[in-house]
Amino acid sequence: MAVDKDKLLQFLLRQGDNTLILGHRVSEWCGHSPILEEDIALANTALDLIGQTQMWLGYAAEVQGEGKSADDLAFLRDAWDFRNVLLTELPNGDFGQTLLRQFLFDAFQSVLMGRLMKSSDETVAAIAAKASKEVAYHVERSADTVVGLGDGTEESHNRMQAALEYLWPYVGEMFESDDIDAAMAEAGIAPDPAGLREEYDALVGKVLTEATLDIPAAKYAHKGGRTGYMHTEHLGHLLATMQWLQRAYPGCEW
Amino acid sequence: MKNEWPLWEIFIRGQHGMSHRHVGSLHAPDADMAIKNARDVYTRRNEGVSIWVVEAKHISATAPGEKGPLFEPSESKVYRHPTFFDIPEEVGHM
Amino acid sequence: MYAQMIKTARSGVKTREEMNDQEREFQDKIDNDIKIEPRDWMPDDYRRTLIRQIGQHAHSEVVGQLPEGNWITRAPTLERKAILLAKVQDEAGHGLYLYSAAETLGESRDELVRLLHEGRMKYSSIFNYPTLNWADIGAVGWLVDGAAIVNQVALQRTSYGPYSRAMIRICKEESFHARQGYHAIMKMAFGTPEQKKQAQDAVNRLWFPAIMMFGPTDADSTNSDQSMAWKIKVKSNDELRQQFVDQTVPQIEYLGLDLPDPNIKWNEERGHYDFSDPNWDEFFNVIKGNGPCNVDRMKDRVNAWEDGQWVRDGLLAHARKKAAAKVAAE
Repeated sequence: MAVDKDKLLQFLLRQGDNTLILGHRVSEWCGHSPILEEDIALANTALDLIGQTQMWLGYAAEVQGEGKSADDLAFLRDAWDFRNVLLTELPNGDFGQTLLRQFLFDAFQSVLMGRLMKSSDETVAAIAAKASKEVAYHVERSADTVVGLGDGTEESHNRMQAALEYLWPYVGEMFESDDIDAAMAEAGIAPDPAGLREEYDALVGKVLTEATLDIPAAKYAHKGGRTGYMHTEHLGHLLATMQWLQRAYPGCEW
Repeated sequence: MKNEWPLWEIFIRGQHGMSHRHVGSLHAPDADMAIKNARDVYTRRNEGVSIWVVEAKHISATAPGEKGPLFEPSESKVYRHPTFFDIPEEVGHM
Repeated sequence: MYAQMIKTARSGVKTREEMNDQEREFQDKIDNDIKIEPRDWMPDDYRRTLIRQIGQHAHSEVVGQLPEGNWITRAPTLERKAILLAKVQDEAGHGLYLYSAAETLGESRDELVRLLHEGRMKYSSIFNYPTLNWADIGAVGWLVDGAAIVNQVALQRTSYGPYSRAMIRICKEESFHARQGYHAIMKMAFGTPEQKKQAQDAVNRLWFPAIMMFGPTDADSTNSDQSMAWKIKVKSNDELRQQFVDQTVPQIEYLGLDLPDPNIKWNEERGHYDFSDPNWDEFFNVIKGNGPCNVDRMKDRVNAWEDGQWVRDGLLAHARKKAAAKVAAE
């Protein structure tokens, strides 16, 4: 069944922008982590995310059909064109907040990639198959770290609980659905995110319980990232840094 | 220092069918994390299919001074090596 | 040369006559290229000098993440970002291998880090220079790692087993670094006039700091003799510097850039390039802490370590709880 090209493009941008923006955030740690082993591990995570971005945005550019590259999409769009969820653009905060954000995203990706591997779109299925192996390791590692810090010292516990209070309102956006998601579901390309929540809650609930952390009761969810309607103020600064060279010296080969 | 993460020795099987080989060490709070750290530190270039970790303090070793008594006696047992025996060519490969 | 001006723990070279039997046996092993291993007997001065040298080398790798890390978030393409990140990550890995080698001598990593943070140990002078434009990233990979490789290839033959093995592993990984650097600066040198200008600026600024990496001239390098006798150091500063200049000048010419030193000239008689001495006053000033980035580099490292304390403590506390629960359950 033919799917609306623009909707497919939006779907692919949502995937690629998530990994692009989060990969950028994680890369900010390089050289500044609490210990060498963690520095190396975080860089691996960021590298995987950048690699996934190249695949998602590469395919997005192909679907768009305007002769653009993944780099054009990453470096030459403005904030309102970005389709990442707000969670990924939030500042790193301390190491615990970074790892908790990572876990909340990894858990979502691990559920989603399992579904995307069965996508009716062969390219989507192939990207998901490659990403799913990386995601499986990411979620294992970030979950371990969240448990270790949540159930570590009093200080580490308190910091992780504070990080959870800050991040939790951004979890809900990952499960929003709109007409784009409906079209993807109808075409068998991707599942409706709303339907992934139960599996996600079970996984996240188990890990956070082991981490002795309490999930905030408030249900309110910030949104506006995956539609591009309203990003946080943080995204603009991230893009100002990330896109600077391409903007200052247009048309160069690097 | 009392709060330093313990030191682990890392052994990696480079390819199927090979033995694990000592590749280096790293710090980790426990064995699980040591394995994960080893994956991230020592297999960045696709170097392994299996990882062993052992906390460094659990390794026992020969003392350098015992080198003579431990290893020299085997030097005289050349008959343990296959090339010690001349086999007639007609017998074929053995 | 990531280890510069290592003060040998004794002054002057001990002659055979001054050595006792144990020392003579030790020196014989070194002279016969038999590696010294962690549990072998070794003179205290050899151990102390090695800890200093390997420690400084390790610190250099880790501080060396900072100037290049400065551009990870500004890399101009996804591929360049991935390459740079992988490269800076390798530096962390090299730091880790080297700290591990130092640990076999009985000095913990935390202790070495403490000495660095208290200003009692040093790292290579080169990392106290800033990276100011994107071509610097190419130049650092090509010139700085290129200079490091010259030294590290020699150090693969060093007498201490764990150090030698770390060097072998590091050299394998480093050739990627120099090549990606040269590739990046080629794009700049062969690019638009603005890109070429950045490439020239990078080479001009980084040339002298790069050749300073080999340390003072042999005439001023008072600590070298014993280290050479112990094969902790394998070639002299000037030998290594010359080797680097000889291999690098044609590479600059290939890029079509102006040579950063007007006195670089092929000397037929010597079979080497002549070149100007760097400004050694500047070098000693940077070593003393007056380089353009000394204060910022140390602040970054100390902050990372102090801000990370709760993380290290937290994960360790959890591991201990888990171990205790396991014991209780058995």
